[in-house]
Amino acid sequence: MSKALALTGNGACAFAMRQINPDVVAAYPITPQTTIVEEFSSYVADGLVDTELICVESEHSAMSSCIGASAAGVRVMTATSSQGLALMWEMLYIASGLRLPIVMHNVNRTLSAPINIHCDHSDSMGARDSGWIQIYSENAQEAYDNTIQAVRIAEDPKVRLPVMVLLDGFVISHAIDRVEVIDDEVVKSFIGDFKPIYPLLDWENPVTVGSFDGLYGYFFETKRMQAEVMERAKMVIKKVGNDYGKVSGRSYGFFEAYRLDDAEVGIIVLGSTAGTAKVVVDNLRDKGIPVGLLKLRVFRPFPLVEIVEALNHLKALAVLDRADSIGSFGGPLFTEIRSSLYDLSMRPLVVNYIYGLGGRDIDELQIMKVFSDLQDIQETGQAKKAINYLGVRE
Amino acid sequence: MASLRELAKKKNLLTGGHRLCAGCGASITIRQVLLASNYPLVCGVATGCLEVSTTIYPYTAWRCSYIHTAFESVAATISGVEAAYRALKKKGKIEREMKFIAFGGDGGTYDIGFQALSGALERGHRMLYVCYDNQAYMNTGIQRSGATPLGAWTTTTPAGKVIPGKPNWRKDLTACVVAHNIPYVAQASPSHWKDLVSKVEKALETDGPTFINILAPCPRGWRYPESKTIKMAKLAVDSCFWPLYEVEEGKYKLNYQPKEKKPVVEWLQLQGRFKHLFKPENQAILEKFQANVDKAWENLLALAQKT
Amino acid sequence: MKWDIRKIKEWKFYEHPQGITIPEAGNAHYYPTGSWRSQRPEINWDKCTHCLFCFIYCPDSSIIVKGEKVVGIDLAHCKGCGVCAEECPKQAIEMLKERV
Ligand code: SF4
Ligand code: SF4
Repeated sequence: MSKALALTGNGACAFAMRQINPDVVAAYPITPQTTIVEEFSSYVADGLVDTELICVESEHSAMSSCIGASAAGVRVMTATSSQGLALMWEMLYIASGLRLPIVMHNVNRTLSAPINIHCDHSDSMGARDSGWIQIYSENAQEAYDNTIQAVRIAEDPKVRLPVMVLLDGFVISHAIDRVEVIDDEVVKSFIGDFKPIYPLLDWENPVTVGSFDGLYGYFFETKRMQAEVMERAKMVIKKVGNDYGKVSGRSYGFFEAYRLDDAEVGIIVLGSTAGTAKVVVDNLRDKGIPVGLLKLRVFRPFPLVEIVEALNHLKALAVLDRADSIGSFGGPLFTEIRSSLYDLSMRPLVVNYIYGLGGRDIDELQIMKVFSDLQDIQETGQAKKAINYLGVRE
Repeated sequence: MASLRELAKKKNLLTGGHRLCAGCGASITIRQVLLASNYPLVCGVATGCLEVSTTIYPYTAWRCSYIHTAFESVAATISGVEAAYRALKKKGKIEREMKFIAFGGDGGTYDIGFQALSGALERGHRMLYVCYDNQAYMNTGIQRSGATPLGAWTTTTPAGKVIPGKPNWRKDLTACVVAHNIPYVAQASPSHWKDLVSKVEKALETDGPTFINILAPCPRGWRYPESKTIKMAKLAVDSCFWPLYEVEEGKYKLNYQPKEKKPVVEWLQLQGRFKHLFKPENQAILEKFQANVDKAWENLLALAQKT
Repeated sequence: MKWDIRKIKEWKFYEHPQGITIPEAGNAHYYPTGSWRSQRPEINWDKCTHCLFCFIYCPDSSIIVKGEKVVGIDLAHCKGCGVCAEECPKQAIEMLKERV
């Protein structure tokens, strides 16, 4: 039913796109996303998909075309990175505000200046309030699996929101990995047919999409509705993660709790760094040190209840942020995680490590250092420094 | 070419009850464009007067499918709609012939939407782009755009003591579009409805991207009485400021040659936005204005003769 | 009116169509703009030749045409701009002060 291939992360995404066979893809090349579009273009050129590929002149137009096509009533996908995502900015909010189920890969890369093509999460973290679902991937396998699930999640009638599938630039996008892919037919029946709501192409029932909320003021209501469907999306994400397990053997939840149940200290991380962190956790566990890891997969909607439940027993917790929120107090993941734990009467001490900006390597030694800091905190009952920069020359 | 009698029998795709100003040139223009179509349409509109005034939730004046996304994105948005249509057509999921029109004001077309327009034209989508050119950012309160003519007062080019109105001439957008080598490009005016309607008909039958730039006088921004909208459009044509022409497969054709070319001041003097130019110290600006119009007109005549 | 919006001001957030898409085409027809008017066009039927110029130039689709003939003005929507009067080749339209 499934077979294993050697694919790069981007190759795995393009492979999934071929199986999904979207009606329209509008995309613009940017490092490190480029090979997704290149590989998909060759599927188009070889007639392996029915997709109308629009090679637009900018990412702003990429998202605008996706919005037009999705509103017209077809299944739409795209991919971008970094500056590209930033250029799409205003259109991201329009896609979610119009409730269009567009699926997009964002291959994480930092934002200029200085210009740098390597991974961090500044790009997608900046889009965290844009009303898109965000699903992070640890490796090429997850990038593939998340892509297929994203279509079902986005298009679910209870959700109807755009979904961003995130994978780390170069670390995942360009590294060859073993990826188990499921059969084309299985993908096809898993995602089902696209059923549009208010399609522009239904010429017998013309609609006005993108109306102006001018004088009466229903804007707030539409935002409240987006918050509501984002909340509802949690159930759907869970169900789709389970159903996906049935067809692939790989089930997914909001996060992966790795040796966390009986851990006393833990770290929380997004994306590929989880792989390195697992190795460190195993090493420390071998030495009898009770450490654990929470790898967050779904950042939007933020799975508050489940996260609190998974972390509440810890004595100390380090949040690893691959993005800074300059001028705030810590990275974006940190502020949300720490705030989620606030209501607990007994809560872990939480510290923040900002790491890996602009592709700075994160290795086992650095993660070891985090765990040893956590042990200090556990022993002394206090954190010397809440916000820490890991791996910077300071 | 449809007669007025025939046009009046067609379904009116822009209903009354929209909130554009009394005497608005854009609404006359859009009505004429829509009347020319014999197909189900999907229209996209760039942010601007037309967009905000015709779709104030929960009311829409559009009787065909309509989409608005942002200011600079209408060409790309309609590209997406048209691609979706092709995808469904290919799969046999839609049979009916449909047409796609993108509308942008001069701000959304000459300026902020220029890149998206250029991209869409180059990619060859089967769509008509209509620019309703009212020569400034009217929706935000009359700021200068790339289409604002020399010397015009706007709120960002006030008639000051040192700088009397807009110091620059205007972008020749129609010529920029011609440079894209698309099958059909035209310039039209709502005063010449027959010419306008037949251009839209032609554009909609063309296989490939088409573009029509239409002068849409604005009583508020140009400072003239609202009943004079069609007069203003007509004078712009008769003074050769806004020539009516088309470029089909690279071939220029002049569609209207005024019997007597009116001095451009006849058009300017009726508009409050040019009032300061009639002070003696600004005489040179008026002369330059006329010289620019003459030069562009001569160029056009030469092109029409050559091709 | 296909889409009943009479009580829209009381609707809860989840009662609006998604993305505030307007599901009924052309329902602005139910929105009167006639109150904007300070003057009202009146057609002198003796002069009118039914050339339909007023129809093609009216910005507010307010010239009512039935079977190739102008039959009246849609005063629910006419904003009184006077374009029709200005463009009528027969001077058949007069703008009269609207009584308030
Ligand atoms: S323009 Fe004048 S003559 Fe022509 S139909 Fe209208 S009212 Fe009659
Ligand atoms: S006054 Fe203006 S809005 Fe009223 S019918 Fe005449 S042209 Fe139309």
